[in-house]
Amino acid sequence: MFKIVSKEKLNDIVTRMYIEAPLIAKKGKAGQFIIFRIDEHGERVPLTIADTRPEDGTVGIIFQTAGKATRLLSEMNEGDEILDFVGPLGKPSELDGYKKACVIGGGVGTAIAYPSAKALKANGAEVDVIVGFRNKDIVILEDDFRACSDNLYVTTDDGSYGYHGFVTDKLRELLEGGKEYDLVIAIGPVPMMKFVCDLTKEHNIKTLVSLNPIMVDGTGMCGGCRVMVGGELKFACVDGPEFDGHEVDFDDLMMRNRTYSKFEKEEDHKCNLGLKQKAQA
Amino acid sequence: MAKANMRPDKVEMPAQDPKVRARNFDEVTYGYTEEMAVEEASRCLQCKHRPCVEGCPVNVQIPEFIHLITEGDFEGAYQKILETNVLPAVCGRVCPQETQCESRCVRGIKHEPVGIGRLERFVADYHRAHSNPVAAKVESNGHKVAVIGSGPSGLSCAGDLSKLGYEVVIFESLQTGGGVLSYGIPEFRLPKSIVKEEIKQLELDGVKLETNMVVGRILSIDELLHDYGFEAVYVASGAGLPKFLGIAGENGVGVYSANEYLTRTNLMKAYDDNYDTPIRKSKNVAVIGGGNVAMDAARTALRLGAENVYIVYRRSFAEMPARQEEVHHAQEEGIQFLNLNNPVEINLDEHGEVVGMTLIRMELGEPDSSGRRRPEPIPGSQHDIEVDTVIVSLGTDPNPLIKATTPGLDVTNWGGIIVNDEGKTSRDAVYAGGDAVTGAATVISAMGAGKVAAASIDRYIMSKEAEAEAEAN
Repeated sequence: MFKIVSKEKLNDIVTRMYIEAPLIAKKGKAGQFIIFRIDEHGERVPLTIADTRPEDGTVGIIFQTAGKATRLLSEMNEGDEILDFVGPLGKPSELDGYKKACVIGGGVGTAIAYPSAKALKANGAEVDVIVGFRNKDIVILEDDFRACSDNLYVTTDDGSYGYHGFVTDKLRELLEGGKEYDLVIAIGPVPMMKFVCDLTKEHNIKTLVSLNPIMVDGTGMCGGCRVMVGGELKFACVDGPEFDGHEVDFDDLMMRNRTYSKFEKEEDHKCNLGLKQKAQA
Repeated sequence: MAKANMRPDKVEMPAQDPKVRARNFDEVTYGYTEEMAVEEASRCLQCKHRPCVEGCPVNVQIPEFIHLITEGDFEGAYQKILETNVLPAVCGRVCPQETQCESRCVRGIKHEPVGIGRLERFVADYHRAHSNPVAAKVESNGHKVAVIGSGPSGLSCAGDLSKLGYEVVIFESLQTGGGVLSYGIPEFRLPKSIVKEEIKQLELDGVKLETNMVVGRILSIDELLHDYGFEAVYVASGAGLPKFLGIAGENGVGVYSANEYLTRTNLMKAYDDNYDTPIRKSKNVAVIGGGNVAMDAARTALRLGAENVYIVYRRSFAEMPARQEEVHHAQEEGIQFLNLNNPVEINLDEHGEVVGMTLIRMELGEPDSSGRRRPEPIPGSQHDIEVDTVIVSLGTDPNPLIKATTPGLDVTNWGGIIVNDEGKTSRDAVYAGGDAVTGAATVISAMGAGKVAAASIDRYIMSKEAEAEAEAN
């Protein structure tokens, strides 16, 4: 059993928890993920590691309520225990050697982008961060990002806070204004990652994306997480979850992510990002 | 000794009616009663040269246990099997006896061989029904061995080492032990309660099972050896990534690998409404492949409510790799075999949902490198079938994780771990076996490899100890 040592609501639908898992806390790196299962009857759900604290043996996760398992988890409290918590899974991000990076997060995907921004900063890179939300009520992690970036740009779709527009609008503005990056990391809803990649391809900037496809075991056995990258079949759990965004077939991924939209036993959910796909969590 | 009963055929094993069982997940067959078991056991000739034992990868003392059944000593028979096989209830159900022990049975020359598998299952079930689990009393020898993977190979290696006094820790990546016995083989062929009990017995004997531990990520083999005090590691990480055909439409909504389909159903219990696991509600299902896993997937789809389930196989029944008994059960239940057909394309609608599959008819040409006649497409014979779900069951490639995180571990060009006759890899103190070495094979051959490695690991650690003692003196 794995104990929830802290719980914090970041907004109405996004929760941050620290889970006691000393070995994962020691081993987990930016870009990797865990799979949790609340109880015997629950699903196995992958979540990207948001933070690790080896000193107190805890692993941070940030998730958006987007189905039964995440709803049940969000209703649990400090001191409660979950049945399974396995990781770190997937390959760590390779963030060495970059000088000037732009880290882009959309919605709850910002939570996944955070460890990458932090790691890039720690490696000595200059880091710009663009994080986008639907409106000001759901902005999360602003202070955390400010602490690990040189420039932080918050965007909202409705203009209720920060820059009025999408993250891609802000990125385009920066690039056209003469900003140069040797790396862009884009993590968020699949359409957002696709549009960022279209833009960075025009500017010939290496772009990493983190994919969160359908997954069961997370260890390279079920093949549910297959994605087409550079025309080849790859498995997000062992070959990823990060890939070269310019090589990823996003349309194929969006199609596959719809598999359970009408079969899911859990209650129907409306995507709070206003996007037609399961939100990144 | 009494003269053998010369009845030509095996005593039939009672089974659920095919029409009924095709719609439930209960076990297909019920097993022998005591009377049936004694009668079947009496067919054994008790041959002095014991050819059946030669045919068993773990050398079960077959004539001896069968003789004990004829005397009504069912518990004694169980203990006899247990001497060399830690999972009798599993092997009695899923071993391909027809190509192993039973294929060597002298009774099988003219008539049906003795039903060795059915008898093994009977004594294992008898034991479970009539005894309380007790711990085997073995004195610790003070040495620690790590086993990676709790499938049949890992369990068999762990069981043997534990009997020799080793402290064994099994690291399992999933939440439940058993490997393919839990995630792959369906409930209706191997009830999960049996797997659980066999594992519980090993735990009672002192084997430690650490679930949710993905070795290669959370701990490397080098860390197990250098930081955690294990003197040897047995890698039994099993089958890995599923193979796909590479045809158009394969990433469509409603295309599964057999691994995913079976894992959702068996490990994650998608068939049980008390579990949250989603699975597609299908009407017409095509399973691509002709192996045992394909049969399992097809029969599972039927039980999940599909109306028509097709096996699409490019060769004919004669070349089919699945066990005859499984093919027979599948046919009885109404699985439709589209043999000599090869998929060309999976057809999707505008939402990416599977709506059909285009097949091309095949004919058999000259034998290929596998000795089987090579299937060749018949030009112009393309035709469509209407399906909403496709399950690809073409085997697996080894999991790349251990290789990628263990420097100096040699693998073949297709990724299988290379071992010598003793199960030793290119790395000192590291042994391997089962599907991680051979690619997809049988439960019992994986168990056999686990046994071989256990003996080698014991020799290795004991010789190291002897050397250390010699140096000290």
